[in-house]
Parts: sequence; C-alpha cells; structure tokens
Amino acid sequence: MLLRSAIARPEKFSMYWKETMRQMDDIGVGSIIIVSIIAIFIGAVTAVQFAYQLDGTLVPRWYIGYIVRDSTIIELAPTISCLVLAGKVGSNIAAEIGGMRQKEHIDAMEIMGVNTASYLILPKVIAGLIMIPILVCMAAFISILGGYLSSVMGGLITHEEYLRGLRSFFSDYNVLMMIVKSLVFAFILTTVPAYQGYYVKGGSIELGQASTQAVVYSDILILLGDYVIALLLTQ
Amino acid sequence: MRTYEICQRTKIIRMIRAVDIRKSFGETEVLKGISMTFEKGKTNLIIGRSGAGKTVLLKLLVGLMEPTHGEIWYGDDNFSEMGKKQRRAIRMEVGMLFQGSALFDSMTVEENVRFPLDMFTNMTRKEKQKQVDYCLARVELDGANKKFPSETSGGMQKRVGIARSIVLNPKYLFCDEPNSGLDPKTALLIDELIKRITDENEMTTIINTHDMNSVMEIGDNIALLYLGELSWQGNKSEVLDSDNELLQDFIFASPFLQRLRDAALNRNQV
Repeated sequence: MLLRSAIARPEKFSMYWKETMRQMDDIGVGSIIIVSIIAIFIGAVTAVQFAYQLDGTLVPRWYIGYIVRDSTIIELAPTISCLVLAGKVGSNIAAEIGGMRQKEHIDAMEIMGVNTASYLILPKVIAGLIMIPILVCMAAFISILGGYLSSVMGGLITHEEYLRGLRSFFSDYNVLMMIVKSLVFAFILTTVPAYQGYYVKGGSIELGQASTQAVVYSDILILLGDYVIALLLTQ
Repeated sequence: MRTYEICQRTKIIRMIRAVDIRKSFGETEVLKGISMTFEKGKTNLIIGRSGAGKTVLLKLLVGLMEPTHGEIWYGDDNFSEMGKKQRRAIRMEVGMLFQGSALFDSMTVEENVRFPLDMFTNMTRKEKQKQVDYCLARVELDGANKKFPSETSGGMQKRVGIARSIVLNPKYLFCDEPNSGLDPKTALLIDELIKRITDENEMTTIINTHDMNSVMEIGDNIALLYLGELSWQGNKSEVLDSDNELLQDFIFASPFLQRLRDAALNRNQV
C-alpha cells in the first residue's frame, strides 16, 4: 500500500526532480569511495586466491583474468556492493525518514497536503535505480583493475596473460545479469529501509532498531533475490 | 442576495464541527463522544490536563488519525468520509503549528516558509520571495531568512512555524501547544501573534494548550476536556464565574492563583 501511494502523480514535478537530484548525489556520489575501496579489494583477493588454487594444476595461469572478470561481473560486484550499500544507503534512508516521522516533519507535510509517501520515497527509489547500477558497473571495472594490480604487480602473471584472460570467453549476457541484479537490489535496498523508516514508532531506540532491521531485511532479501535471479537467468 | 448567500456559505465553510467523536487505542477509550463546534474568526482553545485527549482530538480534526466513531465536518463537507485526494484539497486550506515546530532542519528559515509555495503554487521566484518576506515580517522575523532552525531560539522557531503555516493564506489554523517550552513573555508574544493573524485573516483557529495565560488572553471559545470527555465550554470572561469544579481546579491549580481568583471575585462583589 505504501508503494502504491509512493507511485503517485507528483504534486509538483520540479520539487520531485530537485529531490531526486539530491538523492542521486547522496546515494550515488556519496557512495563512490566506499564502493571503490571494496571493489578494488574484491578483485585483488579473487585474483590472489585463484592463483593459489591454480598452483600445481594444469589450468593455464591466464585464467586468472577470466575468473576475476566473470566472478566480478556475475556475482561479486552486484552482490557485495549492494550488501554494503544496504548498510550505508539503507540505514541512512531508514534513519532520515524515521527521524522525519519522529520530529513530526511527515505530519507537517501531510497537513500541507503533500503526498509524503510519494515525495519522500519515490525520489529515493528512482535515484537508487539510476545510481546503483552505475555504481555496480563502476565496481566491476575497479574490481577487474584490482585483480590486475594484485596479480600483475604482485608478479603472479604477466600483463599479457591477464589481458588474454580478460578477453577470453566474454559473454555480454553476464553484463545483463549484473544489471538485472543491480536493479533488483537497488529496489530492495531503497524500499525496505523507506518502509521501516516511514512506519517507525517511539523514540531513538526504536529508530535505531528500525535502521538495523532495514539493513538486516535488505541484506536477506538481496541474498534471496541473488539466488532467485541466478536460478532464473542461468536456466 | 447572491453576495449574502456567498458570505453565509463562506462563513459556514470555515466552521469545523466534531460530531460524537470517539477514539480508542486497543481497550482504552481516549475520547468518549466529543461534539463541539469551532467558529470562524475566533481562537478556539482546547484545554485540559495531560492525557485528557487534546492532542488526539487535534490530530483527528486534521486527519492525522481516524476516529473510531463520529464525524468531522469542514463546513458542509464531511471530512471523515473524504478520500485522500479530497482531503488533500482541504489541507491546502489548513495551516498547522506543531508543538516542536517541525521545521525541516536541512532548510533555512526562508526555505522552510517557501516550501508550501514551491510545492503547490506556480508563483514566480520573485512572487514567492515577496510572500515569504511578508510572512516573516508578520511574525517579526525580518532578516532571519538565511538562518537554519538550529541557529534560532525556541520562540523564533515557533514564529517560523507560524509563518510557514500561514504562507498559503489558510482558512484554518491548528496550533498544538504553541507555548510549550517558552518563557512567559515569549509565550504571550506567540499568543498575540496567533490572535492577530486569526483576526486579520478571519481564520478558524484551534489551539491546543494548557497555558493559563493563553486561556485568559486569547480564549474566544474554550473547551475543557477531562478524561476524554467535554467537561466545560465557554469563553474567557466566563471562566472566573464558572462553578465547574474541574475548570476551576485546572485553571487555578496553585494556591497562589486561587488567592488571586478569590481576590478578583471579592473586588467584583464590592
């Protein structure tokens, strides 16, 4: 019902546009550093661990680039990034909306005639749906770069070997899978915290609980969604 | 004749009626059949001790809560039976001052006051600025435009709240404990401000308070709630003469005020 109220015709398009831009800045630009740090280590660790597993096998070493690329694109970039974003963005959304509820800001807007479900939630969902796939694509790229830095700079394989791996067996369907995942996860990690914040009752303890629940539920739903999407898209 | 009818209709439209309002939370009945009328152009005060049901009644009147039983009428329109869209249309004519002011922390004073204009009007930037400046001037806050709520005092925040609630020229003004947390002098200023704006705009103003100065200064219509029931109704000049014990206990709660009342009554008798 909250979602139905949220997807309503805006009272004033310009105000929603302004709010969406603000949210895009908060969710997108505000998360670049954390996502980049995580992504670079994801790629680096994947490369090192795969190199360790290849040790003493007949599998060629240039497979490291291929494995880093595909594991990053299919799974690690969208899932790990969105689990982290659920913590950062999700808790922020729940706390922001919950705080507004407690300080009677939402009541004040309702009295003015604002559709608060729409004004407070819709821009966040739209911003998430636009910015999170971009962040995930960026994470995938940085992760592959991380893999390069750790494997080539670390002397595990050569520059040419890593590039050969990167260019082998590429399927653009995997990129589609990454985009689908990031869109679904973006929807989850914006709507679940928004719901938790919007209906928060009580004081600061309850607000903290709502924020925690928002992250926990988002994480569980993201993992569940990851499994379902994997099942559906790999059949 | 036609003008007279329009005037009459406007007069009726701006009146709010609560008809047999009941509200329960689980097993607890907070309001037990309240029926009352809030008149246009007057400051209608709802008074009562904490837990009497004042805030619940106010929230029911503006539609932030739904009554368990009963109806709320805005003039000829049954607010209780309205859909969301119709209610939003009514709310465009409603201003509300919250107990904690409910100013948006991330916005300046000016942006807070301008918010309803940005959201609901197609005014130009210049027109909006003019209206914001006018409203801030009315609450004697000229020059505070660029301050953030955190940089202002409690009294200033209340005044910003008033400015924001009147910026769309509402027909109805609701105030929830406008004087809470303010010193007596500032509280009087806020009272005078609300009274002046009510008179000038001929608004239907409903104030929820337990401030005795407000009762005696601006109480055109006063309703005393006691344990969810309407215990007394009258105006400020009838308070002293009333023999309603609950009212007397509430208004003149301290021995000092009781002595003052007795002295005033004795002087009148002499």
